[in-house]
Amino acid sequence: MAVRAQPASLLDLVGSTPLLELPRLSPRPAVRLYAKLEGQNPSGSIKDRVAKAMLEAAEATGELAPGRRLLEPTSGNTGIALALAARLRGYPLTCVVPANVTAERRRLLQLYGAEIVDSPGEEGSNGAVRLALDLAESDQGFFMPFQYANEANPRAHYEGTGAEIVDALERVDVLVAGLGTGGTLMGAGERLRETFPDVVVAAAEPLPGDEVMGLRSLEDGYVPPILDVSKLDRKLLVTNAEAVAGLRLLLEREAVLGGVSSGAVVHAALQLADDLEEGVVVCVLADGGWKYLSADFWDATDAESAMERTVWW
Amino acid sequence: MATIRIPPTLRAEVGGVRELDARGDTVADVIDDLVTRYPALETQLLRDGELADFVNVYVGGEDVRTRDGLDTEVRRGDQLILLPAMAGGC
Repeated sequence: MAVRAQPASLLDLVGSTPLLELPRLSPRPAVRLYAKLEGQNPSGSIKDRVAKAMLEAAEATGELAPGRRLLEPTSGNTGIALALAARLRGYPLTCVVPANVTAERRRLLQLYGAEIVDSPGEEGSNGAVRLALDLAESDQGFFMPFQYANEANPRAHYEGTGAEIVDALERVDVLVAGLGTGGTLMGAGERLRETFPDVVVAAAEPLPGDEVMGLRSLEDGYVPPILDVSKLDRKLLVTNAEAVAGLRLLLEREAVLGGVSSGAVVHAALQLADDLEEGVVVCVLADGGWKYLSADFWDATDAESAMERTVWW
Repeated sequence: MATIRIPPTLRAEVGGVRELDARGDTVADVIDDLVTRYPALETQLLRDGELADFVNVYVGGEDVRTRDGLDTEVRRGDQLILLPAMAGGC
């Protein structure tokens, strides 16, 4: 018997991730750089927070009940997180995934028990979103949490990610996170603003390769309903090559193996930290590098061309 | 003179090129110069005189929506990047 109650589900271990100071990366001692290590979540990414929150919210309203099948467009982390949560809660899951995601992601989804439907790789995430919306419409047996429009997504970051940062630090001047659905930036950004009204909420955004941008008209573009760009203070484009440079720095200086978006966040954070005499910069590192080992950018001299065919975050 | 990177979705409208030169001291001026030469772009880029929702414009690597919007200054030699809004968040 345990001395005190121990977690009886991996879902109980979601969140409360470590906040690590990165002194070897900071441009000057008066600028304190911190990383929220979201790769330490049970399925290896920040999306465990979102998956758990979306399922709990849907169960609470009765929208999700035994007998329904979950459906989600996702190029990886959300699917893996949903698959873990769905397995523990007893729901089957179908993920719509762009055909060109890394092999590890596909394998992980399968191992956690998800069924995979491919969407055209050249349409990127937009193509996966479109196909999933079509499938959900044609079959009422699906329940689609749909992280892009689900308020439980930013709320998970308001109540979790953001609150944990506020509890850990007496001051935050800059928050940097990757921009995908916008959940982290909206939720954690809002929570941080309540305590630190002058905090700069900065998005690191991928510059996609030509091949994954699709060839349809701009009107097929997609802005996630939960994303309100007016609530961002900065929105910085990061190339794949810059993201990889950030990853290498993180690994060399701090021995932190991050995923691609973490490299982009570090790159953007260092750019913003450069303008500070002193202050506190918090980077949200969404996942670790494990799921990207098969990718050939780690040693590539031309990371840009090694990466242009895939959506990385 | 600034350069503008054209996304694949719009290249057919500009003779298939990936990058163009355009004149202007602000994003509004540069876009104006562009749509004067390629009128078909206007309905794709602008709605009621504002940037269309699904179009992102970057100057110096930052979205002009978190700078000064269409009034964002463009300096000689700057690169503007036009991108369709993409869903991310794997």
